Amino acid sequence: MLSVRVIPLLLFRRDGLYKGIGFRDHKYVGDVLNAVRIFAQKQAHEVILLDIAATAEGRSIALDLVSRVAQECMMPLTVGGGITDVATAQALLNAGAEKVTVNSHALAHPDVIGEIAALSGSQSVIAAIDVGRGDNRCPESLTHCGSRWTGRHPVEVAGELVAAGAGEILLTAVDRDGTGQGFDLEVIAGVAEAVSVPVIACGGAGKLSHFRDAVAAGAAAVAAGSLFVFHGRRRAVLISYPDGEEIGTAFGEEVG
Amino acid sequence: MIIIVDYGVGNLTSVHKAFRKLRIEANISSTVADIGNADKLLLPGVGNFATCMQRLEERGLRPALEKFALVDRKPLLGICVGMQMLTEHSEEGDAPGLAWIPGRAARFPETANDAPLRVPHVGWNAVHDRSSPLFDGLNDDDRYYFAHSYYVSCDDGARIAGHSHYGMDFAAAICRENIFGAQFHPEKSHLAGLAVLRNFAEKC
Repeated sequence: MLSVRVIPLLLFRRDGLYKGIGFRDHKYVGDVLNAVRIFAQKQAHEVILLDIAATAEGRSIALDLVSRVAQECMMPLTVGGGITDVATAQALLNAGAEKVTVNSHALAHPDVIGEIAALSGSQSVIAAIDVGRGDNRCPESLTHCGSRWTGRHPVEVAGELVAAGAGEILLTAVDRDGTGQGFDLEVIAGVAEAVSVPVIACGGAGKLSHFRDAVAAGAAAVAAGSLFVFHGRRRAVLISYPDGEEIGTAFGEEVG
Repeated sequence: MIIIVDYGVGNLTSVHKAFRKLRIEANISSTVADIGNADKLLLPGVGNFATCMQRLEERGLRPALEKFALVDRKPLLGICVGMQMLTEHSEEGDAPGLAWIPGRAARFPETANDAPLRVPHVGWNAVHDRSSPLFDGLNDDDRYYFAHSYYVSCDDGARIAGHSHYGMDFAAAICRENIFGAQFHPEKSHLAGLAVLRNFAEKC
């Protein structure tokens, strides 16, 4: 049976890893290679590494960074940040990434997803959808690290990007990010129902039992940042990852 | 010496890195001479089946691989699409494979047991009914990383060297004498994956 993937999601900018709340107030949490080494040692199911400065700076996540991180991974590595074309995606995959994730550019130009899928297979391209809830509390897709509202419902965006060739959806609730309040189950359920590919739920995990809620809502995999890099109410930096038994307990049973 | 066959698809560095971690000598090469001189071959594969087959043909490597596997009968391991290429045909691009092992690759169905099946099959799965030295020392609890939309079925069940389950049973590994295939990615599967690569190097 297939295990539910539990995925540390790491945010990189300039000199190291950062983690914020609601995509803001980012706090330095350490060196990227060191963190990835720890997750590799703990046999994490997968690691997602996003360069959160890339799109704003008009570039994509650095090849040499991905190459160095991949050297530490005996597990799948997904990378993203500023990817706008198939050649860059291909270079990142050749540098050792298992998958690339595209957000801002894909929402405006879904074709890029299809081009990556045609060349490397849909299992190598993840469409990332960041979801906010504005004044009317209605879910809406965001781009540019949660700074631009698109006016489009995540279910509609997810359908379009899967039709374009995305092999997975990375669905992040911006309002929940870093809060530990639990996932946005309504959005997860809506998107999971609408698409035929695995949905990775992200944003809001504060304890392992939240993962079970996300899976019950339809997620195939779960991702978290704060839960794996902070410890305690004072948010002291401590890299951690649950062992097999803790993950088993969190889910009760496996799905598949 | 193990040669990782470079025919212009996918990322070969992860497999290379895994052998380095195991301190097993392996090199990446695309030459007929290196393939001929190799003790063992590793055939990776990623992306579209038809494209992979086409690249292999374009680079003129097929005769060298056939001599290696069918005439010299030296050990070869195909990974992911590389395993699918050992079979006769894939639905992906409706293309013929190397046809060394009777069987074919088909797309996972949209539903299984009256429930929608999410495709691709991505993640960590167990391998049961293991019957290949590839899995020596490994247990039912061990998990391997899979990422694929097409699965292999074999005409002769005896060619299946391990089953996994995703909506249905499918071939996680296949084997015919010196020819081996793994649908999962041993190079991305932590310690269990390293054990599979070590077994290929030492026991196959």
